[in-house]
Amino acid sequence: MRRTKILAAAGIATTALLALTACNSGSPNTPAGGDAPEPEVAEDVALEGSPTYDAMVERGGPIIGVKEDQPNLGFLDATTGERSGFDIDIARWIAAELGFSEDDITYEPIASANREQALVNGDIDYYVGTYSITDNRKEQIDFAGPYFVTGQGFLVSADSDMTEVTDVSDFNGMTVCSATGSTPIQNIKDNYPEIATEEYDIYSACVDDLLNGKVDAVTTDAAILIGYAAQYPDELKVLDGLFTEERYGVGIPKGDTALQEFINTLFTDGHDTWQEIFDATLGRSGITVEQPAVDPVG
Amino acid sequence: MDAIFGNLDLWGEGITYTLLVFVFGGLIALVLGTIIGAMRVSPVPIARAVGTAYVNLVRNTPLTLVFFFFVFGYSALALPKLSNTVLGIMAIGVYTATYVAETLRAGINTVPVGQAEAARAIGLPFGQVMTQVVLPQAFRSVVPPMMSVFIALLKNTTVAAGFSVAVLPQLQSTISNSHNRTGTPMEVLLWVALIFVALVMLLTWLQRTLENRWRIAR
Repeated sequence: MRRTKILAAAGIATTALLALTACNSGSPNTPAGGDAPEPEVAEDVALEGSPTYDAMVERGGPIIGVKEDQPNLGFLDATTGERSGFDIDIARWIAAELGFSEDDITYEPIASANREQALVNGDIDYYVGTYSITDNRKEQIDFAGPYFVTGQGFLVSADSDMTEVTDVSDFNGMTVCSATGSTPIQNIKDNYPEIATEEYDIYSACVDDLLNGKVDAVTTDAAILIGYAAQYPDELKVLDGLFTEERYGVGIPKGDTALQEFINTLFTDGHDTWQEIFDATLGRSGITVEQPAVDPVG
Repeated sequence: MDAIFGNLDLWGEGITYTLLVFVFGGLIALVLGTIIGAMRVSPVPIARAVGTAYVNLVRNTPLTLVFFFFVFGYSALALPKLSNTVLGIMAIGVYTATYVAETLRAGINTVPVGQAEAARAIGLPFGQVMTQVVLPQAFRSVVPPMMSVFIALLKNTTVAAGFSVAVLPQLQSTISNSHNRTGTPMEVLLWVALIFVALVMLLTWLQRTLENRWRIAR
Protein backbone atom coordinates (compact mmCIF):
# COMPACT_ATOMS: atom_id res chain seq x y z
CA MET A 1 0.00 0.00 0.00
CA ARG A 2 2.77 2.34 1.06
CA ARG A 3 4.78 1.38 -1.98
CA THR A 4 1.88 2.17 -4.35
CA LYS A 5 1.57 5.62 -2.80
CA ILE A 6 5.25 6.37 -3.31
CA LEU A 7 5.03 5.08 -6.83
CA ALA A 8 1.98 7.22 -7.50
CA ALA A 9 3.73 10.30 -6.11
CA ALA A 10 6.77 9.60 -8.28
CA GLY A 11 4.48 9.15 -11.26
CA ILE A 12 2.72 12.45 -10.67
CA ALA A 13 6.07 14.23 -10.24
CA THR A 14 7.37 12.76 -13.51
CA THR A 15 4.20 13.73 -15.35
CA ALA A 16 4.41 17.25 -13.98
CA LEU A 17 8.04 17.48 -15.04
CA LEU A 18 7.18 16.23 -18.50
CA ALA A 19 4.33 18.68 -18.73
CA LEU A 20 6.69 21.50 -17.73
CA THR A 21 9.28 20.58 -20.34
CA ALA A 22 6.52 20.22 -22.90
CA CYS A 23 5.47 23.72 -21.97
CA ASN A 24 8.99 24.98 -22.55
CA SER A 25 9.44 23.33 -25.91
CA GLY A 26 5.94 24.27 -26.89
CA SER A 27 6.87 27.72 -28.07
CA PRO A 28 5.55 28.16 -31.60
CA ASN A 29 8.96 28.47 -33.20
CA THR A 30 9.14 27.20 -36.73
CA PRO A 31 12.20 25.20 -37.74
CA ALA A 32 13.35 27.96 -40.09
CA GLY A 33 13.77 30.31 -37.15
CA GLY A 34 10.65 32.46 -37.01
CA ASP A 35 9.91 34.04 -33.65
CA ALA A 36 6.19 34.23 -33.16
CA PRO A 37 5.09 36.17 -30.10
CA GLU A 38 4.28 34.14 -27.01
CA PRO A 39 0.81 35.46 -26.25
CA GLU A 40 0.18 36.57 -22.69
CA VAL A 41 -2.64 34.64 -21.08
CA ALA A 42 -5.36 37.06 -20.01
CA GLU A 43 -6.84 36.97 -16.52
CA ASP A 44 -10.29 38.12 -15.41
CA VAL A 45 -11.86 37.49 -18.80
CA ALA A 46 -15.25 39.14 -18.97
CA LEU A 47 -17.26 37.41 -21.65
CA GLU A 48 -20.94 37.16 -20.79
CA GLY A 49 -23.60 35.34 -22.75
CA SER A 50 -21.39 33.12 -24.87
CA PRO A 51 -22.41 29.45 -24.58
CA THR A 52 -19.23 28.45 -26.43
CA TYR A 53 -17.03 30.24 -23.88
CA ASP A 54 -19.01 28.74 -20.99
CA ALA A 55 -18.39 25.28 -22.46
CA MET A 56 -14.65 26.02 -22.73
CA VAL A 57 -14.48 27.11 -19.10
CA GLU A 58 -16.37 24.06 -17.93
CA ARG A 59 -14.05 21.79 -19.93
CA GLY A 60 -10.94 23.68 -18.82
CA GLY A 61 -9.80 24.63 -22.33
CA PRO A 62 -10.89 25.22 -25.90
CA ILE A 63 -11.00 22.65 -28.69
CA ILE A 64 -9.77 24.37 -31.85
CA GLY A 65 -10.25 23.05 -35.35
CA VAL A 66 -7.10 23.50 -37.47
CA LYS A 67 -5.29 22.36 -40.61
CA GLU A 68 -1.98 20.58 -40.29
CA ASP A 69 -0.63 20.25 -43.83
CA GLN A 70 -0.13 23.90 -44.79
CA PRO A 71 3.34 25.25 -43.99
CA ASN A 72 3.33 28.69 -42.32
CA LEU A 73 -0.48 28.59 -42.02
CA GLY A 74 -1.54 25.50 -40.15
CA PHE A 75 1.26 22.96 -39.94
CA LEU A 76 2.07 19.98 -37.74
CA ASP A 77 5.72 19.01 -37.71
CA ALA A 78 5.53 15.22 -37.88
CA THR A 79 8.90 14.72 -36.17
CA THR A 80 8.63 17.17 -33.27
CA GLY A 81 4.83 17.20 -32.94
CA GLU A 82 4.90 21.00 -32.90
CA ARG A 83 2.24 23.08 -34.55
CA SER A 84 3.16 26.31 -36.26
CA GLY A 85 1.84 28.86 -38.70
CA PHE A 86 -0.17 32.02 -39.07
CA ASP A 87 -3.56 30.38 -38.45
CA ILE A 88 -2.23 28.42 -35.49
CA ASP A 89 -0.81 31.58 -33.90
CA ILE A 90 -4.10 33.42 -34.46
CA ALA A 91 -5.88 30.52 -32.74
CA ARG A 92 -3.40 30.65 -29.84
CA TRP A 93 -3.82 34.41 -29.55
CA ILE A 94 -7.61 34.09 -29.28
CA ALA A 95 -7.24 31.30 -26.72
CA ALA A 96 -4.81 33.39 -24.66
CA GLU A 97 -7.18 36.36 -24.67
CA LEU A 98 -9.93 34.04 -23.50
CA GLY A 99 -7.70 33.07 -20.57
CA PHE A 100 -6.34 29.73 -21.70
CA SER A 101 -2.68 28.79 -21.91
CA GLU A 102 -1.12 26.62 -24.60
CA ASP A 103 -1.46 23.53 -22.38
CA ASP A 104 -5.22 23.97 -22.13
CA ILE A 105 -5.73 23.91 -25.89
CA THR A 106 -6.82 20.77 -27.71
CA TYR A 107 -6.18 20.91 -31.45
CA GLU A 108 -8.45 18.97 -33.74
CA PRO A 109 -7.45 18.54 -37.40
CA ILE A 110 -10.62 18.85 -39.49
CA ALA A 111 -10.72 18.41 -43.27
CA SER A 112 -12.16 21.28 -45.30
CA ALA A 113 -15.29 19.37 -46.23
CA ASN A 114 -16.26 18.66 -42.59
CA ARG A 115 -15.75 22.08 -41.01
CA GLU A 116 -19.33 23.31 -40.82
CA GLN A 117 -20.53 19.97 -39.48
CA ALA A 118 -17.86 19.93 -36.76
CA LEU A 119 -18.97 23.39 -35.58
CA VAL A 120 -22.67 22.52 -35.77
CA ASN A 121 -22.09 19.30 -33.80
CA GLY A 122 -20.08 21.17 -31.18
CA ASP A 123 -17.01 18.96 -31.74
CA ILE A 124 -14.89 22.11 -31.82
CA ASP A 125 -15.31 25.55 -30.22
CA TYR A 126 -13.86 27.54 -33.09
CA TYR A 127 -12.01 26.89 -36.35
CA VAL A 128 -8.97 28.73 -37.68
CA GLY A 129 -7.64 27.31 -40.95
CA THR A 130 -7.89 29.08 -44.35
CA TYR A 131 -11.65 29.27 -43.80
CA SER A 132 -13.20 31.54 -46.45
CA ILE A 133 -16.23 33.56 -45.40
CA THR A 134 -19.06 32.68 -47.81
CA ASP A 135 -22.82 33.23 -47.72
CA ASN A 136 -23.37 29.50 -48.13
CA ARG A 137 -21.41 28.73 -44.98
CA LYS A 138 -23.00 31.60 -43.07
CA GLU A 139 -26.30 29.72 -43.24
CA GLN A 140 -24.88 27.10 -40.87
CA ILE A 141 -22.25 28.93 -38.84
CA ASP A 142 -20.98 32.41 -38.01
CA PHE A 143 -17.62 33.98 -38.75
CA ALA A 144 -15.50 36.35 -36.71
CA GLY A 145 -13.08 38.47 -38.70
CA PRO A 146 -11.92 38.44 -41.47
CA TYR A 147 -8.34 38.41 -40.26
CA PHE A 148 -6.78 37.85 -43.69
CA VAL A 149 -7.73 38.53 -47.30
CA THR A 150 -6.28 36.55 -50.18
CA GLY A 151 -7.30 35.25 -53.62
CA GLN A 152 -6.40 32.71 -56.28
CA GLY A 153 -2.74 33.16 -57.10
CA PHE A 154 0.07 31.34 -58.87
CA LEU A 155 3.25 29.80 -57.49
CA VAL A 156 6.13 29.32 -59.91
CA SER A 157 9.79 28.43 -59.84
CA ALA A 158 12.01 31.27 -58.58
CA ASP A 159 14.01 31.35 -61.81
CA SER A 160 10.90 31.86 -63.92
CA ASP A 161 10.78 34.98 -66.11
CA MET A 162 7.25 35.78 -65.00
CA THR A 163 6.73 38.31 -62.24
CA GLU A 164 3.01 38.90 -62.49
CA VAL A 165 -0.09 37.41 -64.07
CA THR A 166 -2.60 39.71 -65.68
CA ASP A 167 -4.82 36.95 -66.97
CA VAL A 168 -5.02 33.22 -66.40
CA SER A 169 -4.46 32.77 -70.16
CA ASP A 170 -0.85 33.88 -69.55
CA PHE A 171 -0.35 30.19 -68.77
CA ASN A 172 -1.54 28.96 -72.17
CA GLY A 173 0.67 26.10 -73.31
CA MET A 174 1.95 25.41 -69.82
CA THR A 175 1.01 22.87 -67.16
CA VAL A 176 -0.70 24.04 -63.97
CA CYS A 177 -1.33 21.90 -60.87
CA SER A 178 -3.90 22.16 -58.08
CA ALA A 179 -5.92 19.99 -55.72
CA THR A 180 -8.44 17.56 -57.19
CA GLY A 181 -11.86 19.17 -57.41
CA SER A 182 -10.76 22.57 -56.16
CA THR A 183 -12.36 25.70 -57.63
CA PRO A 184 -9.17 27.00 -59.34
CA ILE A 185 -8.51 23.77 -61.27
CA GLN A 186 -12.17 23.64 -62.31
CA ASN A 187 -11.99 27.23 -63.48
CA ILE A 188 -8.99 26.42 -65.68
CA LYS A 189 -10.43 23.17 -67.05
CA ASP A 190 -13.73 24.81 -67.99
CA ASN A 191 -12.48 28.12 -69.37
CA TYR A 192 -8.85 27.72 -70.49
CA PRO A 193 -8.59 24.56 -72.60
CA GLU A 194 -5.07 25.48 -73.76
CA ILE A 195 -3.67 25.08 -70.26
CA ALA A 196 -2.71 21.52 -69.35
CA THR A 197 -3.67 20.52 -65.81
CA GLU A 198 -2.48 18.11 -63.19
CA GLU A 199 -4.29 17.35 -59.97
CA TYR A 200 -3.52 15.57 -56.71
CA ASP A 201 -5.38 15.17 -53.44
CA ILE A 202 -2.86 17.35 -51.60
CA TYR A 203 -1.07 20.56 -52.50
CA SER A 204 2.30 19.29 -51.36
CA ALA A 205 2.29 16.79 -54.26
CA CYS A 206 1.79 19.72 -56.65
CA VAL A 207 4.64 21.59 -54.99
CA ASP A 208 6.87 18.51 -55.37
CA ASP A 209 6.07 18.43 -59.07
CA LEU A 210 6.83 22.14 -59.34
CA LEU A 211 10.18 21.68 -57.58
CA ASN A 212 10.93 18.79 -59.98
CA GLY A 213 10.02 20.94 -62.96
CA LYS A 214 7.18 18.67 -64.03
CA VAL A 215 4.60 21.46 -63.85
CA ASP A 216 5.05 25.16 -64.53
CA ALA A 217 2.81 26.56 -61.80
CA VAL A 218 0.68 25.65 -58.79
CA THR A 219 -2.54 27.56 -58.25
CA THR A 220 -4.83 28.03 -55.26
CA ASP A 221 -5.38 30.66 -52.54
CA ALA A 222 -2.33 32.91 -52.47
CA ALA A 223 -2.00 32.51 -48.68
CA ILE A 224 -1.39 28.79 -49.06
CA LEU A 225 1.10 29.46 -51.87
CA ILE A 226 2.89 32.13 -49.83
CA GLY A 227 3.29 29.51 -47.12
CA TYR A 228 5.09 27.22 -49.54
CA ALA A 229 7.14 30.11 -50.93
CA ALA A 230 8.27 30.89 -47.38
CA GLN A 231 9.22 27.24 -46.92
CA TYR A 232 11.33 27.20 -50.11
CA PRO A 233 12.35 30.87 -50.49
CA ASP A 234 15.22 30.08 -52.89
CA GLU A 235 13.27 27.77 -55.19
CA LEU A 236 9.75 29.21 -55.39
CA LYS A 237 7.99 32.56 -55.72
CA VAL A 238 4.37 33.75 -55.79
CA LEU A 239 3.39 35.90 -58.78
CA ASP A 240 1.63 39.22 -58.32
CA GLY A 241 -2.00 39.28 -59.32
CA LEU A 242 -5.04 37.73 -57.68
CA PHE A 243 -8.15 36.49 -59.44
CA THR A 244 -10.72 36.03 -56.69
CA GLU A 245 -11.23 37.41 -53.21
CA GLU A 246 -11.11 34.95 -50.33
CA ARG A 247 -11.61 36.41 -46.87
CA TYR A 248 -10.44 34.14 -44.08
CA GLY A 249 -12.51 34.21 -40.91
CA VAL A 250 -12.67 32.33 -37.62
CA GLY A 251 -15.52 29.83 -37.76
CA ILE A 252 -17.70 29.88 -34.62
CA PRO A 253 -21.03 28.23 -33.76
CA LYS A 254 -24.04 30.05 -35.21
CA GLY A 255 -25.69 32.65 -33.02
CA ASP A 256 -22.79 33.18 -30.59
CA THR A 257 -22.62 36.96 -31.17
CA ALA A 258 -20.86 37.52 -27.83
CA LEU A 259 -17.87 35.43 -28.93
CA GLN A 260 -18.00 36.96 -32.41
CA GLU A 261 -17.87 40.47 -30.94
CA PHE A 262 -15.05 39.48 -28.56
CA ILE A 263 -12.85 38.13 -31.37
CA ASN A 264 -13.66 41.06 -33.67
CA THR A 265 -12.68 43.54 -30.95
CA LEU A 266 -9.50 41.57 -30.41
CA PHE A 267 -8.60 41.75 -34.12
CA THR A 268 -9.39 45.47 -34.28
CA ASP A 269 -7.58 46.50 -31.07
CA GLY A 270 -4.71 44.05 -31.32
CA HIS A 271 -3.22 45.31 -34.56
CA ASP A 272 0.37 45.10 -33.29
CA THR A 273 -0.02 41.49 -32.22
CA TRP A 274 -1.55 40.65 -35.60
CA GLN A 275 1.44 42.25 -37.31
CA GLU A 276 3.91 40.34 -35.13
CA ILE A 277 2.18 37.07 -35.89
CA PHE A 278 2.14 37.83 -39.60
CA ASP A 279 5.81 38.85 -39.70
CA ALA A 280 6.87 35.64 -37.95
CA THR A 281 4.96 33.37 -40.32
CA LEU A 282 3.68 34.32 -43.78
CA GLY A 283 5.65 37.56 -43.75
CA ARG A 284 8.90 35.60 -43.97
CA SER A 285 8.24 35.12 -47.68
CA GLY A 286 8.85 38.84 -48.11
CA ILE A 287 5.31 39.96 -48.87
CA THR A 288 3.53 42.75 -47.05
CA VAL A 289 -0.19 42.70 -46.40
CA GLU A 290 -2.56 45.10 -44.64
CA GLN A 291 -4.69 43.70 -41.88
CA PRO A 292 -8.30 43.77 -43.15
CA ALA A 293 -11.09 45.47 -41.22
CA VAL A 294 -13.54 43.08 -39.57
CA ASP A 295 -17.12 42.60 -40.72
CA PRO A 296 -19.93 44.05 -38.60
CA VAL A 297 -21.38 41.58 -36.10
CA GLY A 298 -24.67 39.86 -36.92
CA MET B 1 -29.04 9.80 -66.28
CA ASP B 2 -28.06 13.45 -66.45
CA ALA B 3 -24.77 12.54 -64.86
CA ILE B 4 -23.98 10.54 -68.02
CA PHE B 5 -25.57 12.52 -70.82
CA GLY B 6 -24.73 15.94 -69.46
CA ASN B 7 -21.02 15.09 -69.35
CA LEU B 8 -20.42 12.81 -72.34
CA ASP B 9 -17.10 14.52 -73.09
CA LEU B 10 -15.72 13.71 -69.64
CA TRP B 11 -16.95 10.12 -69.72
CA GLY B 12 -15.34 9.62 -73.10
CA GLU B 13 -12.06 10.94 -71.75
CA GLY B 14 -12.30 8.83 -68.60
CA ILE B 15 -12.99 5.60 -70.48
CA THR B 16 -10.25 6.34 -73.01
CA TYR B 17 -7.64 6.89 -70.32
CA THR B 18 -8.78 3.84 -68.34
CA LEU B 19 -8.48 1.63 -71.44
CA LEU B 20 -5.16 3.25 -72.35
CA VAL B 21 -3.69 2.43 -68.95
CA PHE B 22 -5.21 -1.07 -69.08
CA VAL B 23 -3.99 -1.97 -72.58
CA PHE B 24 -0.48 -0.58 -72.35
CA GLY B 25 -0.04 -1.56 -68.70
CA GLY B 26 -1.24 -5.06 -69.65
CA LEU B 27 1.24 -5.25 -72.54
CA ILE B 28 4.16 -4.31 -70.29
CA ALA B 29 2.94 -6.79 -67.67
CA LEU B 30 2.59 -9.61 -70.21
CA VAL B 31 6.00 -9.14 -71.85
CA LEU B 32 7.91 -8.40 -68.65
CA GLY B 33 6.01 -11.09 -66.73
CA THR B 34 6.81 -13.74 -69.34
CA ILE B 35 10.49 -12.86 -69.22
CA ILE B 36 10.55 -12.90 -65.41
CA GLY B 37 8.55 -16.15 -65.33
CA ALA B 38 11.01 -17.78 -67.71
CA MET B 39 13.93 -16.45 -65.63
CA ARG B 40 12.52 -18.08 -62.53
CA VAL B 41 12.68 -21.54 -64.13
CA SER B 42 15.87 -21.04 -66.12
CA PRO B 43 18.95 -23.19 -65.49
CA VAL B 44 21.11 -20.09 -64.88
CA PRO B 45 21.34 -19.37 -61.12
CA ILE B 46 21.79 -15.59 -61.55
CA ALA B 47 18.68 -15.34 -63.73
CA ARG B 48 16.73 -17.31 -61.14
CA ALA B 49 17.96 -15.03 -58.36
CA VAL B 50 17.11 -11.85 -60.25
CA GLY B 51 13.65 -13.18 -61.09
CA THR B 52 12.98 -14.18 -57.49
CA ALA B 53 14.24 -10.87 -56.13
CA TYR B 54 12.10 -8.89 -58.57
CA VAL B 55 8.94 -10.83 -57.76
CA ASN B 56 9.45 -10.67 -54.01
CA LEU B 57 10.38 -7.00 -53.96
CA VAL B 58 7.72 -5.60 -56.27
CA ARG B 59 4.87 -7.94 -55.41
CA ASN B 60 5.26 -7.17 -51.72
CA THR B 61 5.16 -3.40 -52.27
CA PRO B 62 1.69 -1.81 -52.19
CA LEU B 63 0.61 -0.50 -55.58
CA THR B 64 0.24 3.07 -54.31
CA LEU B 65 3.89 3.02 -53.23
CA VAL B 66 4.96 1.72 -56.63
CA PHE B 67 3.02 4.63 -58.11
CA PHE B 68 4.77 7.04 -55.75
CA PHE B 69 8.18 5.75 -56.81
CA PHE B 70 7.33 6.17 -60.46
CA VAL B 71 5.39 9.44 -60.41
CA PHE B 72 7.44 11.38 -57.84
CA GLY B 73 10.67 9.38 -57.69
CA TYR B 74 11.19 9.34 -61.43
CA SER B 75 10.64 13.07 -61.85
CA ALA B 76 13.14 13.82 -59.09
CA LEU B 77 15.82 12.25 -61.28
CA ALA B 78 17.29 14.32 -64.09
CA LEU B 79 15.80 12.14 -66.84
CA PRO B 80 13.68 13.13 -69.85
CA LYS B 81 10.28 14.37 -68.68
CA LEU B 82 7.40 11.91 -68.97
CA SER B 83 3.73 12.57 -68.45
CA ASN B 84 1.94 11.14 -65.45
CA THR B 85 -0.08 8.88 -67.75
CA VAL B 86 3.08 7.25 -69.12
CA LEU B 87 4.60 6.94 -65.65
CA GLY B 88 1.34 5.47 -64.35
CA ILE B 89 1.26 2.90 -67.16
CA MET B 90 4.83 1.90 -66.30
CA ALA B 91 4.02 1.60 -62.61
CA ILE B 92 0.99 -0.58 -63.13
CA GLY B 93 2.79 -2.68 -65.77
CA VAL B 94 5.83 -3.32 -63.60
CA TYR B 95 3.61 -4.18 -60.64
CA THR B 96 1.30 -6.56 -62.52
CA ALA B 97 4.26 -8.26 -64.22
CA THR B 98 5.04 -10.04 -60.93
CA TYR B 99 1.57 -11.60 -60.86
CA VAL B 100 1.84 -12.60 -64.52
CA ALA B 101 5.23 -14.18 -63.81
CA GLU B 102 3.95 -16.22 -60.89
CA THR B 103 0.81 -17.33 -62.72
CA LEU B 104 2.95 -18.37 -65.65
CA ARG B 105 5.34 -20.23 -63.38
CA ALA B 106 2.39 -22.22 -62.10
CA GLY B 107 1.48 -22.96 -65.72
CA ILE B 108 5.04 -24.03 -66.52
CA ASN B 109 4.89 -26.47 -63.62
CA THR B 110 1.85 -28.15 -65.17
CA VAL B 111 3.83 -29.02 -68.32
CA PRO B 112 5.18 -32.54 -67.87
CA VAL B 113 8.93 -32.60 -67.35
CA GLY B 114 9.23 -35.06 -70.20
CA GLN B 115 8.24 -32.36 -72.67
CA ALA B 116 11.16 -30.14 -71.80
CA GLU B 117 13.53 -33.11 -71.58
CA ALA B 118 12.44 -34.31 -74.99
CA ALA B 119 12.91 -30.85 -76.43
CA ARG B 120 16.40 -30.66 -74.96
CA ALA B 121 17.15 -34.17 -76.21
CA ILE B 122 16.59 -33.12 -79.81
CA GLY B 123 19.11 -30.31 -79.30
CA LEU B 124 16.95 -27.22 -78.66
CA PRO B 125 18.58 -24.48 -76.54
CA PHE B 126 16.75 -23.10 -73.46
CA GLY B 127 15.20 -20.21 -75.38
CA GLN B 128 13.61 -22.50 -77.91
CA VAL B 129 12.57 -25.05 -75.31
CA MET B 130 10.62 -22.27 -73.62
CA THR B 131 9.16 -20.49 -76.63
CA GLN B 132 8.42 -23.54 -78.79
CA VAL B 133 7.44 -26.19 -76.29
CA VAL B 134 6.86 -25.12 -72.70
CA LEU B 135 5.35 -21.61 -72.76
CA PRO B 136 2.62 -22.31 -75.36
CA GLN B 137 1.37 -25.17 -73.19
CA ALA B 138 1.81 -23.15 -70.00
CA PHE B 139 -0.23 -20.23 -71.35
CA ARG B 140 -3.06 -22.51 -72.37
CA SER B 141 -3.36 -24.08 -68.96
CA VAL B 142 -3.44 -20.79 -67.05
CA VAL B 143 -6.09 -18.88 -68.99
CA PRO B 144 -8.53 -18.49 -66.05
CA PRO B 145 -6.01 -17.34 -63.40
CA MET B 146 -4.25 -15.13 -65.95
CA MET B 147 -7.54 -13.45 -66.76
CA SER B 148 -8.06 -12.85 -63.04
CA VAL B 149 -4.72 -11.05 -63.02
CA PHE B 150 -5.87 -8.83 -65.87
CA ILE B 151 -9.23 -8.15 -64.23
CA ALA B 152 -7.30 -7.05 -61.15
CA LEU B 153 -5.12 -4.88 -63.38
CA LEU B 154 -8.20 -3.23 -64.87
CA LYS B 155 -9.57 -2.42 -61.43
CA ASN B 156 -6.15 -1.25 -60.23
CA THR B 157 -6.24 1.49 -62.87
CA THR B 158 -8.48 3.36 -60.40
CA VAL B 159 -5.40 3.92 -58.23
CA ALA B 160 -3.97 6.05 -61.04
CA ALA B 161 -6.73 8.61 -60.38
CA GLY B 162 -4.82 9.74 -57.29
CA PHE B 163 -1.73 10.40 -59.42
CA SER B 164 -3.22 12.82 -61.89
CA VAL B 165 -4.09 10.29 -64.58
CA ALA B 166 -7.53 11.17 -65.95
CA VAL B 167 -9.08 7.72 -65.43
CA LEU B 168 -12.77 7.21 -64.64
CA PRO B 169 -12.86 7.81 -60.85
CA GLN B 170 -11.42 11.30 -61.34
CA LEU B 171 -14.78 12.28 -62.84
CA GLN B 172 -16.37 12.28 -59.44
CA SER B 173 -14.58 15.37 -58.16
CA THR B 174 -14.59 17.07 -61.55
CA ILE B 175 -18.33 16.73 -62.00
CA SER B 176 -19.45 17.36 -58.46
CA ASN B 177 -17.28 20.48 -58.04
CA SER B 178 -18.08 22.07 -61.39
CA HIS B 179 -20.71 24.77 -61.34
CA ASN B 180 -22.14 23.90 -64.74
CA ARG B 181 -22.08 20.10 -64.51
CA THR B 182 -24.89 17.90 -63.22
CA GLY B 183 -24.42 14.79 -61.11
CA THR B 184 -23.86 13.96 -57.46
CA PRO B 185 -20.74 12.05 -56.33
CA MET B 186 -22.78 8.92 -55.59
CA GLU B 187 -24.42 8.95 -59.02
CA VAL B 188 -21.06 9.28 -60.74
CA LEU B 189 -19.45 6.53 -58.69
CA LEU B 190 -22.40 4.23 -59.45
CA TRP B 191 -21.91 4.76 -63.17
CA VAL B 192 -18.17 4.23 -62.83
CA ALA B 193 -18.86 0.92 -61.08
CA LEU B 194 -21.30 -0.13 -63.81
CA ILE B 195 -18.77 0.64 -66.53
CA PHE B 196 -16.17 -1.46 -64.74
CA VAL B 197 -18.62 -4.35 -64.43
CA ALA B 198 -19.29 -4.13 -68.17
CA LEU B 199 -15.57 -4.08 -69.00
CA VAL B 200 -14.87 -7.05 -66.71
CA MET B 201 -17.71 -8.98 -68.38
CA LEU B 202 -15.96 -8.41 -71.69
CA LEU B 203 -12.78 -9.89 -70.26
CA THR B 204 -14.72 -12.84 -68.86
CA TRP B 205 -16.16 -13.47 -72.30
CA LEU B 206 -12.66 -13.39 -73.76
CA GLN B 207 -11.57 -15.90 -71.13
CA ARG B 208 -14.40 -18.32 -72.08
CA THR B 209 -13.54 -18.05 -75.76
CA LEU B 210 -9.85 -18.68 -75.20
CA GLU B 211 -10.55 -21.57 -72.85
CA ASN B 212 -12.72 -23.27 -75.44
CA ARG B 213 -10.36 -22.65 -78.31
CA TRP B 214 -7.20 -23.65 -76.47
CA ARG B 215 -8.52 -26.68 -74.63
CA ILE B 216 -5.90 -29.41 -74.95
CA ALA B 217 -6.17 -33.11 -74.33
CA ARG B 218 -3.27 -34.58 -72.44
